[in-house]
Amino acid sequence: MAVSEEDVRHVAALARLGLSQPQVASLVGELNGILEHMDVLQQVDIGSASLDPDATHGMRMRDDVPNPIALHRPREAFAPGMRDGFFLVPRLSTHGSTDSADDEGEG
Amino acid sequence: MSDVSLLSRSAADVAADIAAGRLATDAALNASLQAYAATDAGPSGLNAVLYSDADSARASLQSLSLGNGTSTDARPLAGIPVAIKDNIATLSMPTSCGSKILDGYVSPFEATVIAKLRAAGALMPMKTNMDEFAMGSSTENSAFGATKHPMDHTRVPGGSSGGSAAVVAAGVTRIALGSETGGSVRQPAAFCGIVGVKPTYGRVSRHGLVAFASSLDQVGVFGQTVDDAALGLQVIAGADALDSTTVDVPVSDYRASRDNAAAQPLAGVVVGRPVEYFPDSLDPRMRELLDRSADRLRALGAEVRDVSLPHTALAIPVYYIVAPAEASSNLARFDGVRYGLRVEGDGLRGMYEATRSQGFGPEVTRRILLGTYVLSAGYYDAYYKRAMAVRRLIAADFTKVFASGVHVLLTPTTPTTAFKAGSKTDPYEMYMSDIFTATANLAGVPAMSQPIGRIDGLPVGGQLLASHFDEATMFRVAYALERALGSEAHA
Repeated sequence: MAVSEEDVRHVAALARLGLSQPQVASLVGELNGILEHMDVLQQVDIGSASLDPDATHGMRMRDDVPNPIALHRPREAFAPGMRDGFFLVPRLSTHGSTDSADDEGEG
Repeated sequence: MSDVSLLSRSAADVAADIAAGRLATDAALNASLQAYAATDAGPSGLNAVLYSDADSARASLQSLSLGNGTSTDARPLAGIPVAIKDNIATLSMPTSCGSKILDGYVSPFEATVIAKLRAAGALMPMKTNMDEFAMGSSTENSAFGATKHPMDHTRVPGGSSGGSAAVVAAGVTRIALGSETGGSVRQPAAFCGIVGVKPTYGRVSRHGLVAFASSLDQVGVFGQTVDDAALGLQVIAGADALDSTTVDVPVSDYRASRDNAAAQPLAGVVVGRPVEYFPDSLDPRMRELLDRSADRLRALGAEVRDVSLPHTALAIPVYYIVAPAEASSNLARFDGVRYGLRVEGDGLRGMYEATRSQGFGPEVTRRILLGTYVLSAGYYDAYYKRAMAVRRLIAADFTKVFASGVHVLLTPTTPTTAFKAGSKTDPYEMYMSDIFTATANLAGVPAMSQPIGRIDGLPVGGQLLASHFDEATMFRVAYALERALGSEAHA
């Protein structure tokens, strides 16, 4: 299962990483060099260990209720901006500015 | 001028004197700051500390009301400076994880372990250098420059918690916090000749520890001695409502056996030596030091027997699938919107890619890609699912050995002593530094490293591992071995 340049570009896109062509070429060699050591796992008799990897195996589950984190500063102190209880994050530069003061900082 | 000789005394002793008013409340802090100034700063320094904040440490002294006969039960770390790895959230200093993408980021909340240290009377005047996002075994991967080994500046201190290890080994603090995902406390502890502990998965809260691989990560403790490390862990251990992976198991007295002067303090203890950790390729001098430690344990009353953990050799392939897979998900949050660095690009996607490409270093980039690859369609079953199955076999090895009557395992912590900076250029060769430590993380069992001797003047670590939540027995053996080796542990 050798990794190709196309594979590296594909997973880089999935991971939202921009790579130059020299980086792609280098990473092909590095990832193949790492993954060849993983092939030993294909030879292992996993027997009854081949269970659902998503199973919790006895881990307790907490109640699915919000558990607020104690903030030492109000959200307004570290948020770029706030509106209606939501964070406003910086606008993308490629999206230009808006005439509405209400939209300041929105992206 | 402060009295740096204070730093040669145990944290417990100094805390007791500060609590009782026999020492000034800021005596240990001043000694640490003086040692820090002498060892860390400038081109000839260790570069172990990324941020320091003496003012906040002094301010917290005011609120602790120390020195008036304060009980050390209430303040077991009264006035003791503790260095903190840069991936643990603090309020007065940035939490940058050794990464450009979080350069200068200050958390709006603090980690539970920080709150526990503060409640115990500890002062936290510095954040320490680390491999970016804890990915590395040498502390060469920091965006803020490599940390040097305190005894030989041409060598690495180990990693990823190399800054914390170097600070303790250089005598700047007696105790420091690190984090463990595959050996990031034990390996640098071994390289630097100090004690490093990884507790059981679920023993210590990770609330406020920046996530790398969530099924493996644990906060760990460095100490100059076993007692320093035991005291540090005693303070931070316990269940936490803010971390649902913590387990509500009572915390034992880890320091219970510190004064056990019995001739055979380990009578009834069975110590296993896993044959897989002593391969033919192991440096014979390291083998001799482990043999000497085993002999001392026998003399202390322990039974030492050979055991087998047959899937040990698979730990590195499993670890380097599971950890990058989890990292690729955990690090998706660093996108230029919510934290730190933001680099504009072509549209939203272009901004994501520009930010992450410029914000992450080469090793983090490599692991995110590796993790994304093994989770992607067509490779999930072959890599990730199979690695998780083999992980269960590795954990079952430990379960069987401990069920057979073995209480503690004794192994080398690392296959080599501290290596030269820049000497490991092949990523997989670097990954093999974790070959004796990653198993404990995969199985979730507690483990620790302590100095057992030197090779060519460089420290060698002996590793002890115990069954889940049995840190107390592990410390019992560690105290006894430390006492039995005496100065030989550092010779």
